[in-house]
Order: sequence, then structure tokens, then C-alpha cells
Amino acid sequence: MEVFLDQFLNPAVLAKYTPLILKGAGVTVLLSVLIVLAGIALGTALACLRAYRIAALSLPIVIYADIFRALPPLVLILLAYFGLPNVGVLLSSFTVLFLILTLVLAAFAEEIVWAGITATPKGQWEAARSTGLTFTWTLGHVVLPQALRMVIPPLTNRAIAITKMTALGMVIGVPDILGQATTAQSFSANASPLTLAAVAYVILFLPFVIASRWLEARFAPPGA
Amino acid sequence: MEAILQQFFNLDIMAKALPLVLKGLGVTLLICAVVIPLGALGGLVFAIGSVAKNRAVRWVSIAFVDLFRATPPLVLLIFIYAGLPFAGLKISPFAAVTVGFFLNNSAYFAEIFRAGLLSVPKGQGEAARSTGLTGAQTLLWVTLPQAVRNVLPDLLSNVVEVVKLTSLASVVSLGEMLHAAGLVRSVTYNASPLVLAAGLYLLLLWPLVRVIARFERRIAS
Repeated sequence: MEVFLDQFLNPAVLAKYTPLILKGAGVTVLLSVLIVLAGIALGTALACLRAYRIAALSLPIVIYADIFRALPPLVLILLAYFGLPNVGVLLSSFTVLFLILTLVLAAFAEEIVWAGITATPKGQWEAARSTGLTFTWTLGHVVLPQALRMVIPPLTNRAIAITKMTALGMVIGVPDILGQATTAQSFSANASPLTLAAVAYVILFLPFVIASRWLEARFAPPGA
Repeated sequence: MEAILQQFFNLDIMAKALPLVLKGLGVTLLICAVVIPLGALGGLVFAIGSVAKNRAVRWVSIAFVDLFRATPPLVLLIFIYAGLPFAGLKISPFAAVTVGFFLNNSAYFAEIFRAGLLSVPKGQGEAARSTGLTGAQTLLWVTLPQAVRNVLPDLLSNVVEVVKLTSLASVVSLGEMLHAAGLVRSVTYNASPLVLAAGLYLLLLWPLVRVIARFERRIAS
């Protein structure tokens, strides 16, 4: 027990590295917010493009979404981080992590929003078009709001899952929570910074996990 | 263009990397064969716990699920692999991956099974009990089969997530596919081995992604 406390909850180590972990938390939060905003916006835009049912547009979107949903994000991150400099594209590790996770979230968001668009009753389209609205107006002001409402629970779950992946940044040296903690752990030769990191993640994400449970109950389709 | 081909699709380097990457693929599949059944089983136990009549069992199950859904799997893995030795517990990469993924997967599988259990109408259980089946028999033969059928697409898509998750094992130097590809990359300074690994992941997972999409459409209609 003594050893355990000394190694995992060492007061001196905890006090010393808390500011560093907090700095890491700032990076994690900033990345998460940027990824969620950009990823959902891009995914929704792609799903809308698909609604026009133009094969030349839909096909590349479907292929992109399939690839980015099937590949492990860590593979994509390493590919971009180590591959791009060789062809003259130099990006910071922060940018690489932001770009890849945004593209991954957008791929999932596209599929989820598209499912919502196709699940919107046909009568909604027809009624809106018959009042003289254009296709684009119908999509943006009648169908999309209903579709988005329907897919809030899966979209929230996916957004949480992807933002948790910001921890992967540690592998390419992003100074996020986990990155700071592993550095601190090797400097202090003590596991307490890792405890601190785990606690920080739970504090950050637990409210969202609990909120998603509530959202699921709130937006559950009637009868389910 | 020439540079992109040279740096990402270099066939010579891919050919050299292939044996090692294939060996890595074997390890990836081995990890999957261990952690998917374990996670599904653990998930089932916690799902049943989360809908139990006993309040304490229910709360402990839900707390477990939420806690491990809130912790990034890489954090868990590093905590186990790099942290536990400080407490005098030497642990092999494979054991760390098994334990870490068990905790993470159980939480995710539990949430899916739970949704399935809740989707089965109460009358089914009551009808089964009234025919004289015990509670356990009702769960096993009446409620569970219907629950699993209702969430089959989610279960499958979680299996895809777990296969993707195994790439994290590379961080603790377990020689799975990404680790093997990364190794060859670091000695050739060329990204082609990673493209090769990506291609194999696609080969493995793309059919599953398609099957899930089809399932989801059928259930939606």
C-alpha cells in the first residue's frame, strides 16, 4: 500500500506536474473543440452534397467515407506525420492530429447525417417542393433540421469517441494531456503523472458520456 | 507526382516489408481473437448488471461502463504498461494490451448489449416466466437472443472498432501490423510500408464496413 501511494499518488510529484498536465488539458480541449466543429461541419456538408444524387459527387464521397471509417486513425496519423514531409509538406504534429481526426470524424458524420437524410419521410420533401421551395432550400430548411435532430445521439457518441483519440497525439509528440504525462513520468521516474492524466481525462469526458446517455433517452425514437 | 509514388507507393520497399508486415498481421489477428470474445463476454456481464433489479449491482455496472468509456484506451494502455511496473508488477506488452482492451471493450460492448436488452418488450420476459422458465432461462433463451438481434449492426461495428484499436498495441511495442510497418518505415525513411499496412487493414475491414452499412439500411427501412 505504502509503495502504491508513493508511486501512483506521490504528493510532491503530483504538485510539481499538475501545472504541466493542466497545460496539456488546454491543448486537448482546444484540439477537441476544433475537431468537433470542423468534423461535423465537413461531414454535414458532404452528406448534403450526396443528397443531390450526382454520381460524380457521391462516389468519391462514399469512397472517402469508407476508407476513413475502415482505417485505424493511428495508421493515418503516422502516414501523414512521417510521409508528408518526404514530399515537401511540412506540418506540425498539432496540425497533423487536427487534420486527420477531423477527416475521420467527418467521414463518420457524413454517414450518420446521410442516414438521417434518407430516413426523413418522403412526404416532407414532396410537401416542401410543392409549396414552391427549391431543392436546395428544402434540403437546408426542411429536411436537414429534422435529419440532424434524429441523429443527435449517434453523432454525439461518435464525436466523443473521436475527441478521446486526441490522446493518440502523444505518439507524434503533441503536448496534450497524455503527451505531457508520459514526459513527466519519465522525468520523475514515478507513475503519479499518469494517474493525474487518467483523472484529467475522466473529469473532461465523464460529463459528456453521462450527457450522451441522457440524450439517447431524450431523443429515442418513439416506440423504441 | 514522381515523388509521391516514390515516397508512398514504392513497390520495392513494400515487397521488402511484406514478410514482416504479414507477420504483424498474424499478431493483429491473434490480439483480436483474444480481446473480442473477452470484451463481448465482459460486456454481456456488465450489461446484465446494468439492468439488474439490485440497485447496488446496477450502479456499480453503470459506473464501470461510464468510467471506461470516458478514459481514452491509449491512456489506459500506457497506465497499465508503463505505470504498473512502478508498483513492482512487471507486465508483458501482450498482457497489458489484453487487460487494457478488456476494460475498454467491455464498457463499449456493455453499452450495446444494454440497449439491446432494453429494446426487448417487457411482455416477452413476463410471458416466458409465466410458462415456468426460471429468470436465468428466460434471459438466456428468450430475452438475450432478441436483444442481440436488435443490436447486431452495432455489435458488428464495435468489432470493427476493436480491430482498429489493436493498432494502439504498437505504442507498447507489441509487434502487430502497425508496429511492423513502422519499424520498416524507420529504417527506410519511406512511408510505403505504412501504405502497405493501411491496404491490409482496408482489405480486412472494408467488407465489414459495407456489411454493416447494408444491415443498417435494412433495419431502417
